[in-house]
Amino acid sequence: MAAQIFSAIFVIIIGVGGCVAYFWGANKALDTIFPARGVSGKAAINNLRRQGVIRPWLFVGPAMIILTIYLIYPVVETLRLSFLDRGGGHFVGLANYQWAFGDREFRNSILNNIIWLAVVPAACTFLGLIIAVLTDKIWWGTIAKSLIFLPLAISFVGASVIWKFIYEYRGDGQTQIGLLNAIIQYFGGQPQVWISLPFWNNFFLMIILIWIQTGFAMVILSSALRGIPEETLEAAVIDGANPFQIFWKIMVPQIWGTIAVVWTTITILVLKVFDIVLTMTNGQWNSQVLANLMFDWMFRGGGDFGRGATIAIIIMIAVIPIMVWNIRQANKETEGH
Amino acid sequence: MAVATGKSFVSRFGVHIAVFIFVAIWTIPTLGILVSSLRDKDQIIASGWWNSFTSSSQTEAGRLPPASAQVEKDGKFVLQGNIFGDGPARNISAFGVKSAAPTQYPAGTTADLGDGVTLQLNADGSFVMTSPKAFESERGQRVYYASSAPPKFTTDNYDTVLFSEGIGRSFMNSLTVTIPATVIPILIAAFAAYALAWMRFPGRALLIAVIIGLLVVPLQMSLIPLLKLYNGVGSFFGVPSKTYLGIWLAHTGFGLPFAIYLLRSYIAGLPREIMESARIDGASDFEIFVKIVLPLSFPVLASFAIFQFLWVWNDLLVAMVFLGTEGDQIVLTAKLNALLGSRGGDWEILTTSAFVTIIVPLIVFFSLQRYFVRGLLAGSVKGG
Repeated sequence: MAAQIFSAIFVIIIGVGGCVAYFWGANKALDTIFPARGVSGKAAINNLRRQGVIRPWLFVGPAMIILTIYLIYPVVETLRLSFLDRGGGHFVGLANYQWAFGDREFRNSILNNIIWLAVVPAACTFLGLIIAVLTDKIWWGTIAKSLIFLPLAISFVGASVIWKFIYEYRGDGQTQIGLLNAIIQYFGGQPQVWISLPFWNNFFLMIILIWIQTGFAMVILSSALRGIPEETLEAAVIDGANPFQIFWKIMVPQIWGTIAVVWTTITILVLKVFDIVLTMTNGQWNSQVLANLMFDWMFRGGGDFGRGATIAIIIMIAVIPIMVWNIRQANKETEGH
Repeated sequence: MAVATGKSFVSRFGVHIAVFIFVAIWTIPTLGILVSSLRDKDQIIASGWWNSFTSSSQTEAGRLPPASAQVEKDGKFVLQGNIFGDGPARNISAFGVKSAAPTQYPAGTTADLGDGVTLQLNADGSFVMTSPKAFESERGQRVYYASSAPPKFTTDNYDTVLFSEGIGRSFMNSLTVTIPATVIPILIAAFAAYALAWMRFPGRALLIAVIIGLLVVPLQMSLIPLLKLYNGVGSFFGVPSKTYLGIWLAHTGFGLPFAIYLLRSYIAGLPREIMESARIDGASDFEIFVKIVLPLSFPVLASFAIFQFLWVWNDLLVAMVFLGTEGDQIVLTAKLNALLGSRGGDWEILTTSAFVTIIVPLIVFFSLQRYFVRGLLAGSVKGG
């Protein structure tokens, strides 16, 4: 272990040092090859121009290389692999897609993903909004927000253990040590094995993600609410609007943009949800989702890269509308400058 | 907000109650594993953690010694001893001999079992069983009893998971993955962000659009090609394909779009005058970047660092694909996932391991919440 700590520190120094050395060295080299100082006026201007052409690429170069290897090339390659067989050796056309839509487990995953998409972003946004409004009214609101925000720092695996402990079921005659079953029993109900209840188990898994992400929605929406001009609220009060009217008719319409951002952000997260399903059920009892199914096919029986890639492409297709919308928004913003 | 919606006492009280309920729902689950991780492992399964401050009671079954242990005394046959044997003493409140009535007799009383057979079981576990006839069964009498143990808190669970379950080792592995995977992208992204914000070159707008597009590309798209690439590189050079270097670069790649996006929007907002006056003084872009932009960008660098740290520390998927699952490489999240499979019902192990994995993010989060929120607000386009 000591050796590992030592080698880790050593490698950190090498890695970070390497980055620094590259940027410093590349700039130094550029200044030496095309010196702008200590040469005649005309040469200096020429060299400065050359520097101006080359230097941006020295700055963005490493980022471009890494992005190309780790994101751009894989997107193209995954698309290509989805038309090949399991080993990637033979072209099979749309056979993988045909397989997918005929496969019971895949259709189950799609259905579950749709339920996740319908429930989780809505629940997080709604709860986040309610909590943001309520905590704004009380003196200990900041503390309350911190505590509700806290699960955002917890890993999905950690959160899964936390909630698995809540859903824990113990057989008849044993003390229920899971909070949910203990409460059910206290009120005279029958304890259940929650995570293996078909269909409903999906909701017990969703609760975990909602628990994690509500804090995110709350923080973003809370800051948007603060940006609402006071006058609009005061005018509404003077006009005799009740709290619900103020909330729905004055506050919510003014923060639609932010609500959309929160909603889409959580939507993307939900499409990729993997850890929770893997650790809670590993897709058993009809709780499979696309990301976990993909992981499964990557390694199942030595790995079927064709099918795995196909599932990844289907996740990607669901993300594309959001991607296009983001790029458009960003272009609008830069044009505004 | 100045507008109080409803000034009556009742509605204000209602708001406090409502917020309190939300806070309770959001904190109790975490509290549950913290409390459980500090409890004695026998008590965890004997009572719910919310009862951990009161004595836990449970109904158990034991067996008295077989007939061979009997002694004859005053014309009667007697079996004597302690039902707990050499185990830790507990406090018995009641006992019985039928599973249907396990607490029929209070502790200390003498139960009449018929045919002149009597059994006395005391609170400390000592028992006396007498019979006018010799005991014959080689299987001892089955006895049920309700026992209670005082609350017991211990750090034994932490000793166990850290040093014998391999969580300590995984903790080091997680740090080994996380620190370089946080530092490397910051440097690379900061240079790129500066160039994209303040330098003019052809293709800049396209590059920005590509980066914004890459923000939301699901990680899943990259996994298979990179796995193939790593395997190919590994076998070509005859080196292992699962290495720390590999996962650092992978996390760097996956974190870069967000890093560049976040840093660029901040750096682009820095005042133009500062940079222009430095340029007039003859500073090169490199000098401007190092001496002016980097120090001014500290808040956003901190925001990104926290994001990346939490994301890498909490990641399971990338670690499972690009790192080994053996002792010298397995990270905390993967280890916890493995324990869920192998130690499914051992809650003392699971709760303690879970708490070890979440403690570092919680500390980072609480001490640097300000920067974290700032980053969240600036970069909420990203898909997480």
